[in-house]
Amino acid sequence: MAMAEAAAEPAAIADETLLQIEGLRTHFRKDGAVVRSVDGVDLRIPRGRTLAVVGESGSGKSVTSLSIMRLIPEPAGRIVGGRMLYRDRTGRLLDLARLPVSEMRRIRGGEISMIFQEPMTSLNPVFTVGDQIAEAVALHAGKDRAEARRVAVEMLRLVEIPAAERRVDEYPHQMSGGMRQRVMIALALSCRPSLLIADEPTTALDVTIQAQILDLMRRLQREIGMSMLFVTHNLGVVAEIAHEVAVMYAGRVVEQAGVEAIFAHPRHPYTEGLIACIPRLRRHAPGQQRDREPGGRRHRLVAIPGSIPSPAALPPGCAFAPRCSRAVDACRLEIPDLVEVAPGHRSRCLRWRDL
Amino acid sequence: MQTYILKRILGMAVVMLIVATISFVIVRVVPGDPAAIMLGPDASPADIADLRARLGLERPLPAQYAIFMGDLLTGDLGRSIFLDRPVVQALAERAEPTICLTVMATLVALLIGIPAGIVSAVRRGSAVDQATLGLAMLGASIPSFWLGLLFIQFFAVRLGWFPVAGYGDPGAGFLERLRHLVLPALVLGLLSSALITRFTRASMLDVLGDDYVRTGRAKGLDEWTVIMKHAFRNALIPVLTVIGLTVAVLLGGAIVTETVFGLPGVGNLVVQAVLRRDYPVIQGTLIVVAAVYVLVNLTIDLLYTVVDPRVRY
Ligand SMILES: Nc1ncnc2c1ncn2[C@@H]1O[C@H](COP(=O)(O)OP(=O)(O)OP(=O)(O)O)[C@@H](O)[C@H]1O
Ligand SMILES: [Mg+2]
Repeated sequence: MAMAEAAAEPAAIADETLLQIEGLRTHFRKDGAVVRSVDGVDLRIPRGRTLAVVGESGSGKSVTSLSIMRLIPEPAGRIVGGRMLYRDRTGRLLDLARLPVSEMRRIRGGEISMIFQEPMTSLNPVFTVGDQIAEAVALHAGKDRAEARRVAVEMLRLVEIPAAERRVDEYPHQMSGGMRQRVMIALALSCRPSLLIADEPTTALDVTIQAQILDLMRRLQREIGMSMLFVTHNLGVVAEIAHEVAVMYAGRVVEQAGVEAIFAHPRHPYTEGLIACIPRLRRHAPGQQRDREPGGRRHRLVAIPGSIPSPAALPPGCAFAPRCSRAVDACRLEIPDLVEVAPGHRSRCLRWRDL
Repeated sequence: MQTYILKRILGMAVVMLIVATISFVIVRVVPGDPAAIMLGPDASPADIADLRARLGLERPLPAQYAIFMGDLLTGDLGRSIFLDRPVVQALAERAEPTICLTVMATLVALLIGIPAGIVSAVRRGSAVDQATLGLAMLGASIPSFWLGLLFIQFFAVRLGWFPVAGYGDPGAGFLERLRHLVLPALVLGLLSSALITRFTRASMLDVLGDDYVRTGRAKGLDEWTVIMKHAFRNALIPVLTVIGLTVAVLLGGAIVTETVFGLPGVGNLVVQAVLRRDYPVIQGTLIVVAAVYVLVNLTIDLLYTVVDPRVRY
């Protein structure tokens, strides 16, 4: 039995890996039907580096992030399978999927923190931003009120909020969206986490603010030395911030590789399609020459025809097959495995050799 | 903020002016001679003339109005005809049971309604939730006099835990007097808690799905802190309005319940005044009760600014 084998497999991860997700499945129950939002996600987050997770709307990026935090709204949703192996600060290897809630609370905010997709509503409107940051600091660092408040001011300064000493006493409604997202970042970083999960932290903001926030996050990552799981559907952002990229489609990871490899040699037709969608100017990976590609076909903004299948009605076989120009009969029979196509480069496509 | 309070006080003054004017007009538009009506069919013409003079009914209306308002401003609500003392004094003598009953009933309503609403929302769909909702439905449909009689029968007559009625012997101490208020306060409070429960539950359900509640959990806070600090503080904002209404309703309810429990409160005073057509007492009570309503309203509005930092005037 496959399940029994998986469970018997020793829980071990490489030293340079902070979090390794294997076969994560998170389902929701909605109107009597099972929605398989995340249905076998495999991810590796290296220490001190950034893994970007990309994919269309509805591919399960947020559900994966919330699963790591164990913040899936129960009882509608539930983690039904898989492991999330995480090495905590004391060196213990924990499976976050099975960790008791009391221990999970120590991890949340303290070792793994999250910035949500919704900056406008993620702060509590009835408390000052300083109180909200200080609350986390007092909880995890065991600091007293005065000390925690001092840290709050320091964090606001770190995320470059002007007049931090004054703004620490302001309420969220007195701040702009960009400022609130900075506060969220300050809150998330206030306990110096090992892993920061950022779920589209900039999509709700306008473009100039987006660039500032990205710069800020990159700088803070270097200073704190944390790993980042950066969720986005913007490949331009990926090229700027990520070391590794995982591409999700219909609740599964279809490709994971280093950022240069994925832009230079995508090994999944979906990734290939996504890259073809980027406007020409932004379509260059770090170190890659802009005009390397001679052909004219990918220079246009090509959207992938069709749409992502509903997680309540996934097709058998490869979920991308119905939209894939390279699909063959075998693709529709069973789900391809995620195979290593090059060192550190994995793809879930039968025809990766033909790409 | 200060200008807001000033504006509100000005608004209150306008409301009170209108209430006072209405109470002035009502007595004068009653068909016939108010003095004759007050004294009844058996009164002698001399008595009627005497009362007319005492009430100032001989003067032209504008002059009467000016005197009435002038007295009001100095805190003079006139004299009761039958009790033979100033209305203010009559009210003051009867205020204690009514105030204590309203306060106790409000406490009962809040202490039951708010926790029940929170638990119901947090355990949504559970047996506890169903039971709470059922009871709340029941509470909203039971008349207070009926529950009052039921409670007297059970807790006072059968079990003997509380006095059946009244406010204690004339020499009874404050605690003994309060003991007489326990049953009526329970009756009123329980019935009002139904509304507060349902509002608290709905409001909590609303905020429990909000993003900042998830942020609280993401920080690593325990469920108690997430629910009581982060969710409840937000849920309280709409519930405040209902609490204000409840206090007003309870004040009215206290006046009715006093009759069932034989309490010598303001309700009792008004009922007697109505039976005896003691107009100055009716007028005075109307004005004082209106003033209390207006004050409760102001308090609730000021509480909003304390609970919700987004409210600024
Ligand atoms: N609470 C829920 N109940 C039912 N279905 C849900 C719930 N949350 C998410 N889903 C479903 O799971 C699927 C994946 O959602 P998810 O939010 O992870 O997508 P996403 O990749 O983050 O998309 P986006 O880019 O729009 O944020 C969607 O089809 C969504 O409808
Ligand atoms: Mg999302």
